[in-house]
Amino acid sequence: MFAGIQRTSLGFTRIFGASSIRFNSSLVIVEHDNEKLIPITLNTITAAKKIGNVTCLVAGTKTGAAVEQLKKIQGVSKILTAENEAFKGQLAESFTPLVLASQKQFKFTHILAGASAFGKNLLPRVAAKLDVSPISDVIEIKSPDTFVRTIYAGNAVLTLKSLDPCKVISVRGTSFEATKTEGGSAGIENAPDSDVKNDLSAFVKQELSKSDRPELTSAKRVVSGGRGLKSGENFKLLYDLADKLGAAVGASRAAVDAGYVPNDMQVGQTGKIVAPELYIAVGISGAIQHLAGMKDSKTIVAINKDPEAPIFQVADFGLVADLFKAVPELTSKLSK
Amino acid sequence: MAMRILVGCKRVIDYAVKVRVKPDKSAVVTENVKHSMNPFDEIAVEEAVRLKEKKLASEILAVSCGPAACQETLRTALAMGVDRAIHVEVEGKDYETLQPIHVSKILAKIAKDEKIDLIILGKQAIDDDSNQTAQMTAAYLDWPQATFASKIEKENGSLQVTREIDGGLETLKTKLPSVVSADLRLNEPRYATLPNIMKAKKKPLDKKKVSDIGVDVKPRIQILSVEDPPVREAGTKVESVDELIEKLKTAGVI
Repeated sequence: MFAGIQRTSLGFTRIFGASSIRFNSSLVIVEHDNEKLIPITLNTITAAKKIGNVTCLVAGTKTGAAVEQLKKIQGVSKILTAENEAFKGQLAESFTPLVLASQKQFKFTHILAGASAFGKNLLPRVAAKLDVSPISDVIEIKSPDTFVRTIYAGNAVLTLKSLDPCKVISVRGTSFEATKTEGGSAGIENAPDSDVKNDLSAFVKQELSKSDRPELTSAKRVVSGGRGLKSGENFKLLYDLADKLGAAVGASRAAVDAGYVPNDMQVGQTGKIVAPELYIAVGISGAIQHLAGMKDSKTIVAINKDPEAPIFQVADFGLVADLFKAVPELTSKLSK
Repeated sequence: MAMRILVGCKRVIDYAVKVRVKPDKSAVVTENVKHSMNPFDEIAVEEAVRLKEKKLASEILAVSCGPAACQETLRTALAMGVDRAIHVEVEGKDYETLQPIHVSKILAKIAKDEKIDLIILGKQAIDDDSNQTAQMTAAYLDWPQATFASKIEKENGSLQVTREIDGGLETLKTKLPSVVSADLRLNEPRYATLPNIMKAKKKPLDKKKVSDIGVDVKPRIQILSVEDPPVREAGTKVESVDELIEKLKTAGVI
């Protein structure tokens, strides 16, 4: 076992000398929308490179565009493609046999995907079929079998050693840099044949929220609103500020439950996890569940009229003020 | 055909409690801390009860795996309208390393034995935040899965489920039997009334040993440490929007 080799030759906290990397090969299950890569894949590839040799698996009804992007990434040694109408909707029932066939042929030591709705849906099904315990939403890879993840809404940090032969890991995108798309020389081949027929489930439709603003989980700046906004119309104040900053707009669960904004904007334990350079929380009290989604942001600003709001305990800069006055003022002064 | 539904109920530290890490970094403190049913599981139970109220379900079975205190969680489910419950006893060291892989095998076995048509689980437990059990249960049974559900409709032999995905919503059709995991917006769980809590005490609650079910709970992970997250340094309060802008400029973020 490489774990033993690593112990003796490297000491277990050192990151992987060449000797341990040689024994590891990882499969990254690529997330794309048939037209382009979803950015979290680039963060996932960075995590996979820490482990060893990287193969990417691209499946869908159209894979060409994603493959073009992947080819440019240094460190990706092979790209497996599988194009089939049966992959419509990227359902776990059709993807799992494909991942298993790839695993059977190439015997990867690690299988990774981003911890997005796609990765969270698919990986545990794959892991169960391999009879291994998956590891969710890792924030650090200490060695090929030792991982760090958060539990209790980010209020405790668990370091664990996986005892399974193959590690199935979802990666927290915000904890790993995006890999650069240059210098790549990956070979492309067809993925092994799998039973792509899926008579268990079928994709019906998608209704995606349309927005010109940056995507929430990868935005450098995020402006978020909570119950303090009082209505969906008032979110316009935040959209104006966000547009001035080139920021994405997020929300607390309270704002989503009150119907002010759609739920895909929710930041928190049960929504999205963001770690932008600037996070501006407006009218958000700062419940544990919300903090779980944003407290790794580099700079946090809170605007809230309640000086006792817990959000001020994590904010670098807090302004105790009525948001209906402060936000328009901030927006107008930023334009000068 | 009315469905037989299985719901999973995990006993977790109450969502409002600020957890504390043990000084020896082995785990978080659970002794003398308020516990309750995992909020996503309450939503799963509520959905099952609603399906029964619409006459789409014939019987609802709740299962919880863990120490004796899980029976309180199951009584809560029974008081919300579940018909009967099974407590799968897992204690001590085995419980510390009990993971979704073990729980999903237990649920899959019970689902087979009880001829279940639909399993509804919470999308994740708020303690380990794994978000795995529903997907793994579906895999062991070779049933379709509809995760992060915000709406469930039954049509003859299949379900139409609306899911919460990253960019918005998605609708799937899954053939029954199926596994569904509940997202927050699926419904608003009811409170158990006192008469229903009294009635729940008389409902059947079977106790089983994990060995009776025949699932191996040997650990798949070794916990190396559980620690506090890094603490953010205290920030400063600013007096005005102008001062805020100045500070942000100094910090180089705008």
